[in-house]
Amino acid sequence: MEKTMAGTAIRVTEEGYLEDFNQWSAEVGAEIAAEEGITMTDEHWKVIDYIQDQYKNEVPLTIRKVGKSGVIDIKGFYALFPGGPLKKASRISGIPKPVSCI
Amino acid sequence: MKKDIVILGAGTAGTMMSNHLRRALADDWSITVIDQRTEHHYQPGYLFVPFGVYEPEEIVKPIEKFIPHGVDLVLGEIDRIYPDHDKVVMGDGKEYNYDILIIATGTNIAPEEIEGMMGPHWHKDVFDFYTLEGAVALRDKLRKWEGGKMVINIAEMPIKCPVAPLELAFLADAYFEHRGMRDKVELVFATPMSGAFTKPKATEKLDYLLKEKNIKIVPDFNIMSVDGENKTITDYGGEEISYDILVSVPTNKGSDLMERSGIGDEINYVPTDRGTLQTKVKENIFAIGDATNIPASKAGSVAHFEGEILLENILRYVKGEALKEEFDGHANCFIETGHGKALLIDFNYTHEPVTGTFPFPGVGPLSLLKESRMNHMGKMAFKWIYWNMLITGRHLPFVSAQMTEAGKVFDD
Repeated sequence: MEKTMAGTAIRVTEEGYLEDFNQWSAEVGAEIAAEEGITMTDEHWKVIDYIQDQYKNEVPLTIRKVGKSGVIDIKGFYALFPGGPLKKASRISGIPKPVSCI
Repeated sequence: MKKDIVILGAGTAGTMMSNHLRRALADDWSITVIDQRTEHHYQPGYLFVPFGVYEPEEIVKPIEKFIPHGVDLVLGEIDRIYPDHDKVVMGDGKEYNYDILIIATGTNIAPEEIEGMMGPHWHKDVFDFYTLEGAVALRDKLRKWEGGKMVINIAEMPIKCPVAPLELAFLADAYFEHRGMRDKVELVFATPMSGAFTKPKATEKLDYLLKEKNIKIVPDFNIMSVDGENKTITDYGGEEISYDILVSVPTNKGSDLMERSGIGDEINYVPTDRGTLQTKVKENIFAIGDATNIPASKAGSVAHFEGEILLENILRYVKGEALKEEFDGHANCFIETGHGKALLIDFNYTHEPVTGTFPFPGVGPLSLLKESRMNHMGKMAFKWIYWNMLITGRHLPFVSAQMTEAGKVFDD
């Protein structure tokens, strides 16, 4: 389905993940974050950068991997994205829902 | 000149590949399988041990029974893989050179990864059921238990056989009911996922079953620590759940061998191409089953489907041909729901489990994503199929390596 975010029509899945990573921009990310009740800070963006890099290199992500990335530890990751950090951060990053859950 | 294939691991995937390859390759190829264990366990059977459905001896057989003639079985601990030198070095210093290496070392639970999980309470009030010892300890506990709160928890994904924790919850419900004490037991299913399963249509169905069986689900619960003394688990968000019995599926990790060899990811899975099953370590190293990092379920059925494709690719590699990128992530799992019924799900990288009939479109006899007695009989028959067909690399009739869309009900 389509959804207007940051003034553009963005294609998203039923669960609100972007269908096309190329449609992502920082404004779109911030808007998704707001929907999740998260106000983005530099700390948040550092994590998003890391997650997007991993995605571009086709590396499957897990919470543990983020925790060992050197960017942030697991507790900090939860503090930034409360509830389901990997799911929320993936959504904000414009990448598909984490596939490690299979 | 004689050439060598070395297979690391004689579990489901390694045993199956040794059978496949011995049949397919001429005698100028020698095949060696290395494992440190002497027993082959039918791991899908662990689930049934706590409830007395299977006795341990039914699910354990000697490893060598399934390794074909013409394949050397080496028992011992593997110290390290040296990809640059095409050799494997054992703990006792012995070396095995290879032309092709297949990594099939599987995955194991790592309870020590969760703070406080190991301790005097381990296998007393806190159990796993991914080892035979854990399943037996849980069985002995349940036999004497008079009721209370039983919490089933998945620590983090990915785990081997992602539906097993749910099946354990369903079977526990049926077991306590059968013993006339269901009203004395509170069942809680705490999971890091946002529902019973992550694939939407299956989750809908399974959430409904949990509700019907009065099993409380606590979603988005990411365990941080276990307090064995006060019998409480806490998640990273601060939420606490008390328990009388905790049945945990701890963090799963690949073999430490990968860490020692410097070739695994952060949980020791081997980076592998999801279509060809060639590793990203080196072109003559392949991986199969739970040992890979591909985004498919860690399950015997997946290893089985991968086996047919890996065989094809190794034969192509031997002839110097391009590999086929054919593995589609196909998984096929029975989900035991208790009271002699089961569900069946069939899915791959791109298609989630849906309803329909299997394996014959429109006929069945198995029904997808729907409880039936026939599915349960399929699950029970699988033990025979496993010992007699699957690990010896026989093709299962009517079931193709790649998922089929026929007979399934897709919305779009």
